[in-house]
Amino acid sequence: MTWITIIIAGVLTYFTRMTMIAIVRRDLLGDQIKEVLTFVPSAVFPAIIFPAIFLNDYGAYIELYDPKIFGAIIAILVGYFSKNVVATIFSGLLSYWIIIFIF
Amino acid sequence: MLSKKQLFTKGMVDVTPHMLSVIPFGIITGAIGIDLGFNPYLVYGMSVIIFGGASQIVFLQLLSGGASSLVAVTSVGVINSRHLLYGAVLSEYLEKLSLMKKLLISYIVVDQGFAESNKFFKHNKKEQYLHYHLIGTGCTLWVCWQVATLSGIILGSFVPEELGLKFAIPLTFIAIVVQDLKKIDHVIVMIVSGISSLLFFDLPFKSYIIISPIVALFIAALLLRLKK
Repeated sequence: MTWITIIIAGVLTYFTRMTMIAIVRRDLLGDQIKEVLTFVPSAVFPAIIFPAIFLNDYGAYIELYDPKIFGAIIAILVGYFSKNVVATIFSGLLSYWIIIFIF
Repeated sequence: MLSKKQLFTKGMVDVTPHMLSVIPFGIITGAIGIDLGFNPYLVYGMSVIIFGGASQIVFLQLLSGGASSLVAVTSVGVINSRHLLYGAVLSEYLEKLSLMKKLLISYIVVDQGFAESNKFFKHNKKEQYLHYHLIGTGCTLWVCWQVATLSGIILGSFVPEELGLKFAIPLTFIAIVVQDLKKIDHVIVMIVSGISSLLFFDLPFKSYIIISPIVALFIAALLLRLKK
């Protein structure tokens, strides 16, 4: 069952890659739609980030001093200034681990 | 005029700096799949069938959280809709290729490869075998992604659950969007998306993952209109 879902997701992903290159004329997408598409990452990823940080495993809001909030803030600061993907992820994980294992 | 081989190699070289983020990202994707309790073959199969980092993580996260297949597939579609943009930009340079070649090349269009090849295309419009640069970036990224996710799957079976590796999911996505915090319109769109995801979190089938981006894209369109 899950395999079928993966295959459908794969075919759909392939279509997003292939449609504009091989099937339709490229001017089919107007400039306005192209501009909106540049916002896709900013529109999609916070919908994953926010619940993963502010909600616990049972879907309830976490406390303000939760280590996840601390880790996320560190990651945002490190990411913003270092522009380094690896540094962003590991600074967040490391600060999270320091809080849960040491304090 | 550069030869096919030279262009292919140039593509490989140009995309190399991205390995620094692609490889850890792949390892995390594999490890998280195992951490969430999925069959290793399934986690790896996605790297070949879907071949899209962010969407693979979201897909696994949603299914493990009890989302319906329809929601998981739709969210993969929403996340990967950005490829439409890449395709529209690249098609100008790939126009002369046969349909078969276009169909094959499409499979390896990913973020980092698009970024580097598009940069190269802009400055080398006259090259005859331009597309070999894209094949170079795409194939390099494909091989790295396969090796990285496989390593992650193997590593994932050793990572103790207490480490809370799941927290790497939001961190990975923070790393992807953090540079856009410099642009005020992107910040607004991000806040709208984030707050809607919390508001709609309890809707059935995890549909918040589709509703929130749609609300946020609507706001983005509105902002674009206001700017003009």
